[in-house]
Amino acid sequence: MVYDNPDGVRIGLEVHVQLNKLNTKLFCGCSTEYHDDEPNTHVCPVCLGLPGSLPVINEKAVEFAMKIGLALNCEIVGQTQFHRKNYYYPDLPKGFQTTQYDYPIASRGKVVIEGEDGERVIGVTRAHMEEDPGKLQHIGSIEKSKGTFINYNRSGMTLIEIVSDPDMRSPKEARRYLDKLRSILDYLDVFNGDLEGAMRVDANVSVFGGDRVEVKNISSFKGAERALLYEIMRQKNHIRRGGKIVLETRHFDEARGVTISMRTKEEEHDYRYFPEPDLVPMRVADKVPDILKTLPELPDAKRERFNIQYGIADMHARALTIQIKVANFYEEVAAEVDPKDAAVWVADILKGELNYRDTDVDAFKVSDIIEIISLVKQEKITEQSGVQIIRTILDEGGKPQDIVVSQGLLKVEDDIVAKAVEEAITESPEAVTDYLAGKEKSLNFIVGKVMQKTKGRADAREAREKVLARINK
Amino acid sequence: MITKEKVEHIGWLARIEIDEKEADTYAEKLNSVLDYFGQLDEVDTDGVEPTYHVMDVVNVFRKDEVRKSLPQEEVLANTEHRQEGNFKAPRIM
Repeated sequence: MVYDNPDGVRIGLEVHVQLNKLNTKLFCGCSTEYHDDEPNTHVCPVCLGLPGSLPVINEKAVEFAMKIGLALNCEIVGQTQFHRKNYYYPDLPKGFQTTQYDYPIASRGKVVIEGEDGERVIGVTRAHMEEDPGKLQHIGSIEKSKGTFINYNRSGMTLIEIVSDPDMRSPKEARRYLDKLRSILDYLDVFNGDLEGAMRVDANVSVFGGDRVEVKNISSFKGAERALLYEIMRQKNHIRRGGKIVLETRHFDEARGVTISMRTKEEEHDYRYFPEPDLVPMRVADKVPDILKTLPELPDAKRERFNIQYGIADMHARALTIQIKVANFYEEVAAEVDPKDAAVWVADILKGELNYRDTDVDAFKVSDIIEIISLVKQEKITEQSGVQIIRTILDEGGKPQDIVVSQGLLKVEDDIVAKAVEEAITESPEAVTDYLAGKEKSLNFIVGKVMQKTKGRADAREAREKVLARINK
Repeated sequence: MITKEKVEHIGWLARIEIDEKEADTYAEKLNSVLDYFGQLDEVDTDGVEPTYHVMDVVNVFRKDEVRKSLPQEEVLANTEHRQEGNFKAPRIM
């Protein structure tokens, strides 16, 4: 089935990724671990933009940027450099942002997502490096605010801005793209996506080939999907009423789920870019082969390997490879039990329980899930009991064996006997007929079979009763 | 051609107050600077790489090693406008 995109939706995304796993900022040695600290305690003359200070590029930041570029299948250009983007806003202490302009470090890449109608390639226009501005906080509510607090701890943090081509045709595809990007970045181990402000999204969206509208202030992936749904509906309604969509920037109001025109002054886009005279150009393309060697197996490749190596369904392989943590967890489990069982338990059951509790796979021990799967496999407990043990461990803690005992889950023995009885009766139609015809001894033959099947674990008297009950039913 | 209005616009972008008399003077001066650069356009630069930096130096990097930041008191030393460790600015939308 081909998705025909009835509204001619085109979405492009700009994603800012903060490389918070670096030790220091982009141009100075200030520590990046400011998240729990007092305001303005991780700043120096460089990130405060004091006169006479000189920025020096963090080599590791360049390596991380190249890693990201290569993982997104980008070209790394021969020469790359920084520019000054000039505008006045209090979050920029220098009056300009040091960023990249016409020679970004990486360009022309692609990301494969699960589109509306199968796999879809989303182009990556460019990925460039820039410094994060400081953080502004309104004193009191935004309407009645008497002023703004400025905290420069974030100022100068390394950002990678990843700009996509307008290749997404629905909010769902945009969401899938964001999820895929997050997945790749997690694999690369260049950032901690759980920290505040680690990934920020701006969206460009147009319908029916009209002008695009930029939506800013999107704070989450879910928010991106909602903002886009709203904005597409707004544009369609506006056109239906005879209006025209004009190039503009709108602000997403998360609480109300609407986008609001920011009526920005034209001047704001008058950035007067010029080459940053304090930084010399970078020629790093010759490092590409070395960086390529450090790239881990990425989600798409891992998914393919899981398909082949473990013989599991593609649906499972995909679910297991979204998060590298889950993929590693699965491989440890699959080494000990049947990989197909492992896939069902990890991808379907455990992941579901983890998502429900808004926690991740770190909350569960590999050894515990292996034990649970083994208990089910040996038919000591039912599958349902296995799920119950997972829930108990997540909610109250404990070990599988103890939970089996404390919650009396071993009563499965009965189930084993019941199953053996069923089998014994089906396999002995003659004995059953004989018994019903009055040959009492034939019953012993069937009970013997039950005992054989349960390896003597069943109680003979009970087994006899069960067989009788089943036959006389 | 730089007009008076353009000078005022540039002044606004740079947050520099320029009165009308100054705007006329600057327009004239900026135009003469532009004329001078116009002359450079006559030089044949075919096959010459653009100069992005005056020095022929590339790849100046530092290691990703933490250095001490300034004490908060020093960071805020140049302003009276502060509160709870923050710089304080007028209300911004």
